[in-house]
Amino acid sequence: MSSSSNPSTHHTSTIGSIGTPSRRNTELALLVFAVVIPVFAYANVGLAINDSVPPGLLSYGLGLGLLAGVGHLVVRKFAPYADPLLLPVATLLNGLGLVLIWRLDQSKRLQALDNFVQAAPRQLLYTALGIALFVVVLVFLKDHRVLQRYTYISMVGALVLLLLPLVPGLGKNVFGARIWIQIPGLGSIQPGEFAKIVLAVFFAGYLMVKRDALALASRRVIGLYLPRGRDLGPIIVVWAISILILVFETDLGTSLLFFGMFVIMLYVATERTSWIVFGLLMSAAGAVGVATFEPHVQQRVQAWLDPMREYTLSQEGVAGHTEQSMQALWAFGSGGTLGTGLGQGNSDLIKFAANSDFILATFGEELGLAGVMAILLLYGLIVERGVRTSLAARDPFGKLLAVGLSGAFALQVFVVAGGVMGLIPLTGMTMPFLAYGGSSVLANWALIGILIRISDTARRPAPAPAPNPDAEMTQVVRP
Amino acid sequence: MSELTLTVMRLGFLAVLWLFVIVAVQVIRSDLFGTRVTQRGSRRDAARQQPAARQAAPPQQRQQAAAPNGGGRQRRGAPTKLVVSEGTLTGTTVALQGQTITLGRAHDSTIVLDDDYASSRHARIYPDRDGQWIVEDLGSTNGTYLDRNRLTTPTPIPLGAPIRIGKTVIELRK
Repeated sequence: MSSSSNPSTHHTSTIGSIGTPSRRNTELALLVFAVVIPVFAYANVGLAINDSVPPGLLSYGLGLGLLAGVGHLVVRKFAPYADPLLLPVATLLNGLGLVLIWRLDQSKRLQALDNFVQAAPRQLLYTALGIALFVVVLVFLKDHRVLQRYTYISMVGALVLLLLPLVPGLGKNVFGARIWIQIPGLGSIQPGEFAKIVLAVFFAGYLMVKRDALALASRRVIGLYLPRGRDLGPIIVVWAISILILVFETDLGTSLLFFGMFVIMLYVATERTSWIVFGLLMSAAGAVGVATFEPHVQQRVQAWLDPMREYTLSQEGVAGHTEQSMQALWAFGSGGTLGTGLGQGNSDLIKFAANSDFILATFGEELGLAGVMAILLLYGLIVERGVRTSLAARDPFGKLLAVGLSGAFALQVFVVAGGVMGLIPLTGMTMPFLAYGGSSVLANWALIGILIRISDTARRPAPAPAPNPDAEMTQVVRP
Repeated sequence: MSELTLTVMRLGFLAVLWLFVIVAVQVIRSDLFGTRVTQRGSRRDAARQQPAARQAAPPQQRQQAAAPNGGGRQRRGAPTKLVVSEGTLTGTTVALQGQTITLGRAHDSTIVLDDDYASSRHARIYPDRDGQWIVEDLGSTNGTYLDRNRLTTPTPIPLGAPIRIGKTVIELRK
């Protein structure tokens, strides 16, 4: 045996809380709170619109409570050390989304539209399915590191999911974006939402293996570390794929989401700022390039730069123009600081997609700046818990996966909220949990399930140290 | 429904929503306070010993480079290295840079002794306030010997005096 001490001299540090209580009771208390708030909102909407407590109040409250309770019991059983905030915050957002969708169902203006359906019962069904998927993830995914084995299968899976909408006969073109697939008998789903999670698994597995090559084998040119050509390959491929999505599916949001997620994970894996510079330059170049050639994207940019013109055109009946973005801005404006009160706004003027892409505008009008800030903070809390989970995770794959998933979540919130508020061109994405849409709800519950699984592993108290090999008896010298 | 009731409900709802956010932030407050950061692969003062441990690996060359910056103002005639002169680790040197050197079978010792007659935490060698190196027996089974005397108290080490631990002999050199 050689001299010297411990061979393990890694300078990575872990952050763990002292004693690590399981926090399950905190979660339960917060969960009760998170169910009571939407019930309050539901009663409020009913009183404002119909002057009476809505008849479905009890069943809605019990239903949401039951779903949350099932989620809590499963977490208690299968992930006892998981983060106490993720489940309550997701439940609250989902519950509030349900209430607002129901509120928009009551709108006379929307009921007059020819493609109107009662969305709230369906959303409740999707929520139930989402919680079911959450339960399935927690029960069957005992250890998130299992996903690491499927790195390249995930890559193929994600590509297939992304390309499915392009398959003739399967994909369908909805209002300029080809991001849906039609499954006979099941309805339509948006595979991009699921591809987000699968792609995060691939990136995490890939970067875990390649991070050293990407971080260390680089030349320094004017203060930036330029990676070698062969290491640059994957980022170029991902970039090209996201540009292709943009061109063929005309889906700006998904494209931004995937590329952004990859750059975030690359930065976290390598700690090289140059990747962020690269990523920003490449996405800017790609966006500008596509915007000059693709009329659909061009029109979105036009509508973003001058929403009033877009509104006027749509009022004049010019085809292909929509009043949505201007109406959304007016909704935010008329909400003011404290809002008009639930059920008392006119955000239904947005008409199409008022309960999906534009649901944040309803929030903005009826709850005002104060309400929107609270909602954005709730999203921020989910992202913060994800990043925190990543910090506490002990394995690099878990770290990267958690940061990738929460980064994707954050980007999605940014892209949607920014689009609705007019900060960036509008893209057809859904606000996680709030918006109406089965794929989105299902995928985001699965995402929360994976984050809870990683956080359970990360926060679990370290196992008792192995019996010390030094503890054998010292032989006694007998004179 | 009266205007007043609706206004109260509206403000009440916002208050409840914010209350939730504040409660949630209170829950994660425990992340900011009451956490500890663990450096991997180091316990207690082991972090300080690691430079020494690294230098022990390629024995002779590294040590010369390290010697000038070690210790700052060293007294003339003070030892600069610890050399193992007998036993399985013969030839190993550890630069003396003001750090405590622990000897024993325990894996986190600076010098890990593969010796049945050594205790897991056998002895330690450290500089006192004046820079004089001291050897102290840590209650070992078979004792630590300086020259031929079994140590009972921490004792200053003369240059070149053999310290015997089980089958291993170490000494301090310039």
